[in-house]
Amino acid sequence: MTLARHEPFPDIARQREADRFGMVVFLASEAMLFGAVVMGLFALRTFEPAAFAATSQRLNLVAGSVNTAVLLTSSLLVAIGAEARASDRAALAKWMLAAAAALGLVFLVIKGSEYVQEYGEGLMPGVGPRQDFATPGARMFMDGYFIATGLHALHVTIGVVMLAGCAWRLRGDDPPSIVGVGNIGLYWHLVDIVWVFLFPILYLSR
Amino acid sequence: MPLGRLLFTWVALLVLLSLTIASSFLPIGEWRQVINFAIAIAKAALILWIFMKMRDEAALVQLAVIVAAVLLLVLGGLLAADYGLRGPSPYVSIDANTAAPHFP
Repeated sequence: MTLARHEPFPDIARQREADRFGMVVFLASEAMLFGAVVMGLFALRTFEPAAFAATSQRLNLVAGSVNTAVLLTSSLLVAIGAEARASDRAALAKWMLAAAAALGLVFLVIKGSEYVQEYGEGLMPGVGPRQDFATPGARMFMDGYFIATGLHALHVTIGVVMLAGCAWRLRGDDPPSIVGVGNIGLYWHLVDIVWVFLFPILYLSR
Repeated sequence: MPLGRLLFTWVALLVLLSLTIASSFLPIGEWRQVINFAIAIAKAALILWIFMKMRDEAALVQLAVIVAAVLLLVLGGLLAADYGLRGPSPYVSIDANTAAPHFP
């Protein structure tokens, strides 16, 4: 199925470029949002290097590393899925996007298990039966950790819903357009890029 | 896009992930942060260029990405300049004693 032209675009190429441009501008605004969070973490690390490193060590490095690999793999599947949709292989696209959504769920489950672990260790600021922060800097690190990973997890959740919806619609007679699948793929890749920056700052600042 | 290129990019991303984890165990002090950040930028560039297909996009779309990156650099530069160059202000001098309550 080829793309249908809509008003007011004079040709398909212009329309496709405008659709893509709009999505990239939106993603740029998302990058600003996460960029501010990341820079806040950088600033905290500059002022509280010892507390930052000590608290970073208390995070679950294995879970964080596995989660990074999970997201990178799901990005690969989304890229293959978008390619398949562009070359009219709807069945392959459907399964790739569904698998990517499933990996997104795996990410959320691992992230949730980390939150449970941190709750048990008294590392969840203001929540739980006990608080175990050696210094105010340690608590600020965990504040930043939950803000950054929570905001990211929200984006992962939205991405999973959109990928699953895309995969669902690819079953029937009214599949999402090539540009639509491509744009949702771009969103998922951005979520991946954000994690690529959050992971070393939060987990590897030892 | 050939499937091989996507798979190769994925392998490269996993290799970079292994490198960044391994380098964080090296006893090289602050250089670890530099290496980690450089690897993060390399991974982001791979995802942008290959997975997000920015290599095939029109110049207008590429420009939108570049503007975002430049604005983040400006934001980071201003933040670094603010915090990095802060010192005791020559214009304000508050003696802690004058602010404390006095009991004659």
